[in-house]
Amino acid sequence: MTIELVIGAVKAVVIVLLVLGLTTMMLWFERKGAALIQDRIGANRADIFGIGKRFGMPNFGIINTVLADPIKMFTKEDFVPDGADHFLHWLAPFLALFPVLVTFAVAPMGDVLQIGSHTIDLQPANLNVAALYLLATIGIGVYGIALGGWASNNRWALLGGIRASAQMISYEIAMSLAIIAVVVSYGTLDLQQMCRLQGGVWFGFLPRWGILLQPISFIILLIAGMAESKRVPFDLPEGESELVAGYFTEYSGGKQAVFMMTDFAEVLLVSVLIVTFFFGGWQVPWLARDGFHFPGGGHLGLPNLVVALLEFVAFWVKVVIFCFFQILIRWTLPRFRYDQLMRLGWKGLVPLGLLNLVVTAFVVVVAGGK
Amino acid sequence: MPIGIFMFLAALAIIAGFGVIMQRNPVHCVLALALVLMDLGVLFMGLDAVTLGFLQIIVYVGAIMVLFLFVIWLLNVQADPGLGRHLALKLFGSIGAAALAAEFAAIIVQAPKLSDLRPLPPDFGTVAALARSLFSDYLVAFEVTSILLLAAIVGAIALARKTSPALALVTPAPARDASALAPTGDAAAQRKSA
Repeated sequence: MTIELVIGAVKAVVIVLLVLGLTTMMLWFERKGAALIQDRIGANRADIFGIGKRFGMPNFGIINTVLADPIKMFTKEDFVPDGADHFLHWLAPFLALFPVLVTFAVAPMGDVLQIGSHTIDLQPANLNVAALYLLATIGIGVYGIALGGWASNNRWALLGGIRASAQMISYEIAMSLAIIAVVVSYGTLDLQQMCRLQGGVWFGFLPRWGILLQPISFIILLIAGMAESKRVPFDLPEGESELVAGYFTEYSGGKQAVFMMTDFAEVLLVSVLIVTFFFGGWQVPWLARDGFHFPGGGHLGLPNLVVALLEFVAFWVKVVIFCFFQILIRWTLPRFRYDQLMRLGWKGLVPLGLLNLVVTAFVVVVAGGK
Repeated sequence: MPIGIFMFLAALAIIAGFGVIMQRNPVHCVLALALVLMDLGVLFMGLDAVTLGFLQIIVYVGAIMVLFLFVIWLLNVQADPGLGRHLALKLFGSIGAAALAAEFAAIIVQAPKLSDLRPLPPDFGTVAALARSLFSDYLVAFEVTSILLLAAIVGAIALARKTSPALALVTPAPARDASALAPTGDAAAQRKSA
């Protein structure tokens, strides 16, 4: 009993630290990605005691992005405007960040790890209704944004909050339809089970990843997920050319940093969802629990610890690749107009998702012979 | 569910319920209502209706309460100054509250005794069990409800359309003077820049 509690606590600490660390690193990816696209060098300052220079290492600007900027933000004045709703103004950033962070509790980071007589499932919380859980937490996430806009007692902020609530609800529908189609095709709501079902191969060499099963769902989830994270091209709630800075106009210092972190954590969350549903989660091609089974017939036996480590690393590498992909999109496309945004959501993604769901259900029933 | 957690959730639901009716600011009322609905969702999960609990949170907290907020902001509803001397409203309110209390008391009296309780079937509250009862025992009710919702959506769209064919039958067509509607130079430029 005690050992179970310890295992659970360790898993929780690992996922929280990983998510917070990666969210901070996303800021650096963002700056370097932007520089890459705009043909600049990007962040390249700051060094600690000249260590980098002494060993002749190029300066990647990690220190000023990951260390100096957060310190600056959290030591700035925390300004609350006159007439603001103090309690909600204080609560809103945390109400925005919390649901995103708790969603990672169902992220499957690996298959199983054997330590002594204990078999540890490398999913922080093994829920058998995980798909519903993440829809619920994503749905709650809109409150922080909308209330932050309202509690600031500022017209621009309120308009940003209203835009955010309309946008997030609209795209949540498309997102849910994509996730439901995935759930129908796997026949389970359990994310860990979905990853296990993506093991093995088709035609002897092709990994059974969900992208081949549900390509339309992948596109819908990617677009809707980017809209949920409220970043360019979907950053209408922020819209600095018309709304100053949208819902966080009246936020400064640490609380503004929390809102910024929410956006990056959502990018990370969308990547986790896409990798879990469509890219095999922790599956490494041709790797089973006892080692590699190559298509040609070769077999390379590996101990459980190595397999678990490979899966863990593979999951997070895939997640980072999709984070970078989203950053590329963010720096490539211009912002939508609001009517274009609504048309894409309601007349594009929702009907497409419905059609995809009907076709999926039909195929599953016919193939299942029920 | 441990009785302590149940007591905590039940007390929270009652406190938040008071928050819904006691507060003056409509946004605070909606937030309190969202808290009540979320709390109920967690209670459902604790009573083994896990699917229902999550659906409650997704639908009510994640969507409907956000729409409430949206409508309050869109209509710019201000803080309620209170009923003041509206005696008739207070009277009807009291009658309504008394009727609800009587109904509630009747439900409590009729509730099954603890000795009559039977253990739940093992698959109670799973998605499969919920879906089976929805699509077999309650199929007609389910389909009728979905048709009702569909009709409501179609009706809302018909009302929201600017040139509704249904409205054109009962209202005279507006004068189509193109020159009066055409934007002036400044407005057109503004629209283009927006």
